[in-house]
Amino acid sequence: MRANYKVEFASGVFLLLGIAALIWLATRATDYGQELGKETYTISARFTNIGDLRDRAPVKIGGVTVGMVESVELDPVTFEAIVHMKVSSRFNEIPSDTGASVFTSGVLGDRYIGLEPGGAPDMLTNGDELFITQSALVLEQIIGKYLFNAGSDKEE
Amino acid sequence: MSKVNLENRTGVISGPVSQAGQCLLFLFRMLAGIRFSLTQIQTVMQQTYLIGARSLVIIMICGFFVGMVLSLQAINALEQFGASDQVSVLVGKSLFRELGPVLTALLFAGRAGTSITAEIGLMKATNQIEAMELMAIDPIHRIALPRFAAGLISVPLLTAMFNAMAILGSVVFSIGVMDLDSGIFWSKLQTSIYFQKDFIGGVWKSFVFGGTVSLIAVYFGYSARPTGAGVGTATTNTVVLSSVLILIFDFIMTSFLT
Repeated sequence: MRANYKVEFASGVFLLLGIAALIWLATRATDYGQELGKETYTISARFTNIGDLRDRAPVKIGGVTVGMVESVELDPVTFEAIVHMKVSSRFNEIPSDTGASVFTSGVLGDRYIGLEPGGAPDMLTNGDELFITQSALVLEQIIGKYLFNAGSDKEE
Repeated sequence: MSKVNLENRTGVISGPVSQAGQCLLFLFRMLAGIRFSLTQIQTVMQQTYLIGARSLVIIMICGFFVGMVLSLQAINALEQFGASDQVSVLVGKSLFRELGPVLTALLFAGRAGTSITAEIGLMKATNQIEAMELMAIDPIHRIALPRFAAGLISVPLLTAMFNAMAILGSVVFSIGVMDLDSGIFWSKLQTSIYFQKDFIGGVWKSFVFGGTVSLIAVYFGYSARPTGAGVGTATTNTVVLSSVLILIFDFIMTSFLT
């Protein structure tokens, strides 16, 4: 009871097409190919305010993505936000006095972390912490300050 | 060999509850025959062709136009904020997470689920099922299981084809017609659609939907009253119950996955 050759061929084509579509979608239409590679190291930084920085937000040097935010947690004692970042091991010569800032791409765009490399001779390694940090600019605070200053100008 | 008791109970509560119970027992009876189905890979292949490969064209056409209309609407809405660059994120997220699996499963229920129910119901009406039982062939293993397995294989693959065609439709409309930048389109897609959360989540959903639709289709076919009207009712029930359950399971899975 051998099934029709045409039927076997058509269902084979169907299987291959479906699997090809799965692979194409996974590699071209998701971040699957955009992973940092297996080799990464983790660094952390403390900020007083990170705005709406999310997990998986990019970490950039000079606008080029070198890693991503792994997790964000709150220090229960100092109430600072601790941001853990995964950086690709290809970039293993980042000086230890590098600064980190929370930036916004565009006016209302996503938050990302920008690293500004310093000049120290020793390099960042796994588990290191960045000490020079600059918090996120929160739009409401800026507007609030502006309004406050405008009010005080009138009184003078 | 114990036959699954398929007498129809009536009653507002006891009817649906006992049907659900029968459906579950039916699933267990099918799964008990999974070793048997490995010797029947030919039948599974044939059913994959009949319900999977033959549904490919309708799935691809629908996917293409769903992608087009999604980008049309998204561009219209996003243009007001000057954010029409984000169209691929909107299209990709809604496709991978919701529309792809749900619409494919709904189309599959209409295209393949009905034909399974009608086929098995007609086999029952013409006493083919009873003849098999007399020959000591378990019809649940011989008839229902290959169709269930084929549905389980087909729906995720059809969903992938649907998504791929929808992305293609979105590319054709947003890049071809609306003249958006193709580099931004693809890079937004590749940075904002998460492999783990969106893609794998959608694949899980499509497996669940495929299993649901196939189980309902074979069960209703198998429990149909062996008359012309009974087969008709069973086919209607398949579509109605599949559609409702797909949407309910979709909500449940979405709330657990995210």
